[in-house]
Amino acid sequence: MATKILLENLAVEGIRAIDTYMANGGYRAVSKALKEMSPDQLVEEVKASGLRGRGGAGFPTGMKWSFLDKKSDKPRYLVCNADESEPGTFKDRYLMERIPHLLIEGMITASYALGANTSYIYVRGEMMSVIRLLERAIAEAYAKGFLGKNILGSGYDLELYVQPGGGAYICGEETALLESLEGKRGNPRNKPPFPAVSGLYGCPTVINNVETIASVPWIVNNGGAAYASIGLGKSTGTKLISACGNIRQPGVYEIELGLPVEEFIYSDAYCGGIAEGRELKAVVPGGSSVPILPKELILKTAAGEPRLMSYESLADGGFVSGSMLGSGGFIVFDERACIVRNLWNFTRFYHHESCGQCSPCREGTGWMEKVLHRIEHGHGKMSDIDLLVDVAKHIEGKTICPLGDAAAWPVGSAIRHFRDEFEAHVKHPDSCLAKHLHGAYAHAVPIMEP
Amino acid sequence: MSDLLKVTIDGKSIEVPPGTTIMQAARQLGGKYPPAMCYYEPLKNTGGKCRVCLVKVAQTSEANPRPMPKLVASCITRVEHGMVVENETSPEVLDARNGVVEFLLINHPLDCPVCDQAGECDLQNLSYEHGHEQTRYEEGRREFERIDIGPYVQLHMTRCILCYRCVYAADQLTGQRVHGVLNRGDVSEIGTYIQQSIENEFSGNIIDVCPVGALTDKTYRFKQRVWFSKPFDAHRDCDKCCGKVVLWMKGDAIIRVTARKNEFGEVTDFICNDCRFEHKQASDWSIEGPRDIIPESVIGANKYELPVVSPAVNVDAKFVSE
Repeated sequence: MATKILLENLAVEGIRAIDTYMANGGYRAVSKALKEMSPDQLVEEVKASGLRGRGGAGFPTGMKWSFLDKKSDKPRYLVCNADESEPGTFKDRYLMERIPHLLIEGMITASYALGANTSYIYVRGEMMSVIRLLERAIAEAYAKGFLGKNILGSGYDLELYVQPGGGAYICGEETALLESLEGKRGNPRNKPPFPAVSGLYGCPTVINNVETIASVPWIVNNGGAAYASIGLGKSTGTKLISACGNIRQPGVYEIELGLPVEEFIYSDAYCGGIAEGRELKAVVPGGSSVPILPKELILKTAAGEPRLMSYESLADGGFVSGSMLGSGGFIVFDERACIVRNLWNFTRFYHHESCGQCSPCREGTGWMEKVLHRIEHGHGKMSDIDLLVDVAKHIEGKTICPLGDAAAWPVGSAIRHFRDEFEAHVKHPDSCLAKHLHGAYAHAVPIMEP
Repeated sequence: MSDLLKVTIDGKSIEVPPGTTIMQAARQLGGKYPPAMCYYEPLKNTGGKCRVCLVKVAQTSEANPRPMPKLVASCITRVEHGMVVENETSPEVLDARNGVVEFLLINHPLDCPVCDQAGECDLQNLSYEHGHEQTRYEEGRREFERIDIGPYVQLHMTRCILCYRCVYAADQLTGQRVHGVLNRGDVSEIGTYIQQSIENEFSGNIIDVCPVGALTDKTYRFKQRVWFSKPFDAHRDCDKCCGKVVLWMKGDAIIRVTARKNEFGEVTDFICNDCRFEHKQASDWSIEGPRDIIPESVIGANKYELPVVSPAVNVDAKFVSE
């Protein structure tokens, strides 16, 4: 059985309550960190663990923490990014719903490491149930003395707040999140300055994903070297993968990084294969924004090596024949799936969620959506396909924040790997349209019964 | 060792003090500097949004000779010692700029023939230089419900490119900002939320900072094409602002008053609404002389005559003697 770090106690009944959580070894990391370790030692442990940001970019967490401007006399903040809204990604929500105290424990230890006395958990506004659970868990932690003034007699103070967002995807971008937290319009900021120097209210700030912070207690308890021994190469530790699409067992799985993709899809311990005995067609391995890969490239790299679930292996081949681990939103398409319709759906999402601050993303996402809508609904032209590639190219890397890239990558990759399907839509619009109206897909607008 | 940083832009070098942006350095160098639709030097925090000023940094600094991985917005990127920047010489930059101009134009109504801004419009100039001759955009253009923002300023939201300049101007020049950007993405719009008019002593400046025809002068609407009017520098004693303005004349009549702009199209001294909207008589002003207009502009020179000097008009002695 693979090592479980985050979901170890998932099956324990009543793990949401602080007493059960403590009876199963919870909050040991808080007392160990506050009583036995200095903040710098903690940062060193996290550096040694090789833990990488689980929100999508995969930036080494220890390095991010060491960038924090500790010389300034301004207060420091830790902000947990729980604005999980990427289509296909639902791991943070799962973790917070099942084991809320794991995140609280991580927040306390990480805040201590960074010297933050006020910390925030910014939760996506739609997840009201999670917000209530976290607030109850925080109240319990205050009652036990894990939060507030002079925690466990160590002299360290921490106030922890839950802040509901307004439900905007863009507020998952770290600087937009800070703007939103400050009560402003959620527009990403120009960088530099980076949040580590000037973040929340102009003070040094670290923003980490839920899963990243939830991994910290285990590292405190077992040491960074133990964490680094799990996984493969620079992809250390475990990762939550939210598997969805046409598979037999959708859900959230904790895997050791380095697991072969083939095993993840077909093993009964994970996805259990494709539903109804169908054939695999394509996979989006890291949430809707990463490039889609066809069957032959997701199971094996272009060089013929088996593709593994790790930051490096999934990125092997760059964007020509590779993709990204991203946030771990593993979306599987079977042979029936229409790549064009799926791409239109993704693009519609990015069009809707663009903040409208910088021109390429504001105008380009809408343009791509309209062209794809046309192709999907039988009014496409051959020139539209190259137009889409060109528009995507003009968005990618030209925007303030990564949303522009996230909108452009799926378009570029879908056309690169499935150009024939786009051409089929242009050449035979009727048959493609008929397939969707009477086949696999639900109607966007329900048709009334006569 | 001097504190000046040496930066090379398109092969030409200049030394600038620390904290200077690439855009500022390029403007000091002269020649072709990157265009700007959202960056406005007199207003703080502007820039970074329109992306037309993207440039390629071929060498980050002397200490770090690697290029920057992406094109950067020159208006917000500070120079480092030994930085090498490619602006007009990089095909990648020109291609990106082409793309951004195309994006700015796909939802722009292109109603230049009936737009008061035509002739002094940054977007017109930009698309003249970097735009395509034909559009590849076949979809519907976005439209907005019209809102009235008061007696002085006309808002045409369809023409807006969301540069946020007017938002920063209202923040920094007026006591209280009553307008802002509402909604999200490509349906975001400039609005006052509860449809109140924008009224305060400096609100007229949002007209001058607007790079396109989204905010125009209601008192000047459809009076005259800008290249037929004649601009004169003039001043008056004003207790609210500097009183230094440009008068736009049609014959002897003042049809518009604006603030003075420098060669980069940026206002040098903001003026109050009193000067801008309420003083349209020649007798209100001391005329200094014809305004220098940059040669590239369609508002060209060589069409000046002395205004008819009547006792009511105070013309500076210097100007008359010339």
